[in-house]
Amino acid sequence: MDWPALFLSLKLGATTVLLLLPVALFVGRTLAYRHFRGKSLLEALLSVPLVLPPTVIGFYLLACLGTQSWIGQWIERLVGQTVVFHFSGLVIASVIVNIPFAVQPIQRAFEGIPHEVRDAAACCGIGYWRCLLTVEFPLAWPGVLTALILSFAHTLGEFGVVLMVGGGIPGETQTVAIAIYDKVQSFDYTAAGKMSLFLLLFSVAVLGLANGLGRRFGRRHELPRL
Amino acid sequence: MNCPGSNLTLTIRQAAPIPLDAELSCSGGELLALVGPSGSGKSTLLRAIAGLHRPAQGRIVCGGNCWFDQSEGICLSPQQRHVGFVPQHYGLFPHMNALQNVMAGLSHLPGPAREQRARNWLAKVHLTGLEQRRPAELSGGQQQRVALARALSREPAILLLDEPFSAVDRATRETLYIELAELKQELALPIIMVTHDLNEALLLADRMTLLSRGRTLQTGPPRQVLARPISETAARLIGIRNLFDGEVLRHDPAAGLTWLRAGDSEIAGKLDEAWPPGSRVRWMVPGSAVRLRSLTRGDLPDGVNSLRIEVRSVLPLGEECRITARLPGIDDPLHMQIPQRLAQELSLKPGVYTDARLRDRQLHIFPP
Repeated sequence: MDWPALFLSLKLGATTVLLLLPVALFVGRTLAYRHFRGKSLLEALLSVPLVLPPTVIGFYLLACLGTQSWIGQWIERLVGQTVVFHFSGLVIASVIVNIPFAVQPIQRAFEGIPHEVRDAAACCGIGYWRCLLTVEFPLAWPGVLTALILSFAHTLGEFGVVLMVGGGIPGETQTVAIAIYDKVQSFDYTAAGKMSLFLLLFSVAVLGLANGLGRRFGRRHELPRL
Repeated sequence: MNCPGSNLTLTIRQAAPIPLDAELSCSGGELLALVGPSGSGKSTLLRAIAGLHRPAQGRIVCGGNCWFDQSEGICLSPQQRHVGFVPQHYGLFPHMNALQNVMAGLSHLPGPAREQRARNWLAKVHLTGLEQRRPAELSGGQQQRVALARALSREPAILLLDEPFSAVDRATRETLYIELAELKQELALPIIMVTHDLNEALLLADRMTLLSRGRTLQTGPPRQVLARPISETAARLIGIRNLFDGEVLRHDPAAGLTWLRAGDSEIAGKLDEAWPPGSRVRWMVPGSAVRLRSLTRGDLPDGVNSLRIEVRSVLPLGEECRITARLPGIDDPLHMQIPQRLAQELSLKPGVYTDARLRDRQLHIFPP
């Protein structure tokens, strides 16, 4: 087992989720409640990572964030460090690739809250933040949990974009998925098998947990039958 | 439109997203029913009063406080307006039990007082013992009571009910009618209820307002509105199908009648001198005001508006029979509903002629 790679993957997953979740909550809720010009286009753009090959996204990120680009040069001047072939580059790539996995479940969850519930809350004198925390968030929680778990699990399994932006530098940008690929390339099937089995079991456990919790919350917060 | 002593006055005008051109007033202790078909803007109007919809123009004043005035840039939020609102499907918080649902609206009170008031209101709506149940564990009627308790426990300035009985079965509805009528006697606040059910308006409302395509057409006591719609649109809204052309012939103030030429006949309606002789008008008669000759009861009583009508169709419907017939010289059909037994006694079938009388007091004239 390549522990540094596994640790890096977990760190990348946790960082991605922490950065992505507040943004996804804001964007998902806005898309669920607001109607504005260009909403369909925005939704399509946010869903692009679902259909575009990860290597294509990786290529564009490399082009945008590399030292040849003005953004890359600006970042380098600002922080004294390039983001490509660095952990920070992996985080940026991972956040972008995971946007639909985080935004869509949250958007659906907020869409599932009847507008009458929010109307009633407003007429009960419940203000914006109290409504968000005591009414909307408890009802949208299964969707938020799904978003969190899907993004985390997807980050662990991400390969193409991570390889393109990070380059697979051991200890720096080599995640467990890339480590498995490297082990296979060097014919170390035993290590590759162990890591693959670990990822498989981890993914099944995480998704099982997500489904179980989702069902439990779903039952507790079941909408009234009329 | 400002009625002295009224607790709510409203004027709203907008072209989009839903056209509205409405004027309303509702006094404390009064129940005003907003009646109209789906899409007529009833719920939007209610949401505008609650502060959930901002109209383009208008003014809403409740209890002396201006809630909305476009010209002065005033628009209080729903939280600031202090309304009791019961949405169509109640809008209960599904993750909270009945007690928590009611308490959610009482955050302005200290903790113990909050719970005590919530329990009192749940008791008032006959839900003692069900405080710990979540909405999904309550029946439709019980959910409605929780929503009502939640709305009223805040001691609102106005109570807004959006089709409150549409999601419950008939038996529960009857019980809830009685409970709402009882509550209304105790409450001194204005109550506005949206409904498309005329019977509900008749049973519960002190006044009703007819709404069509966002416009308030007519307001008055339900019986008066139903008996004397001010226009053909209003008449159609309340389900009147017997609408015909006519010409005013003369007025007879001594008899309290206005005579009309309708097809080949002269008929009389309630005196309405607003129309000079020779005016082209429309007239209506409710199906319930058409009396047929009953063989067992003898001839129709002597009087005006006795006409020979030709039966066009007979449709048995339960114990009733829906009849369409032709008045002399008029192509538009006359609709009526009579007991099946009477239809059999008179052997009514298409092509048969029979004598009918239109009750003059219920024959009503309005502009063409």
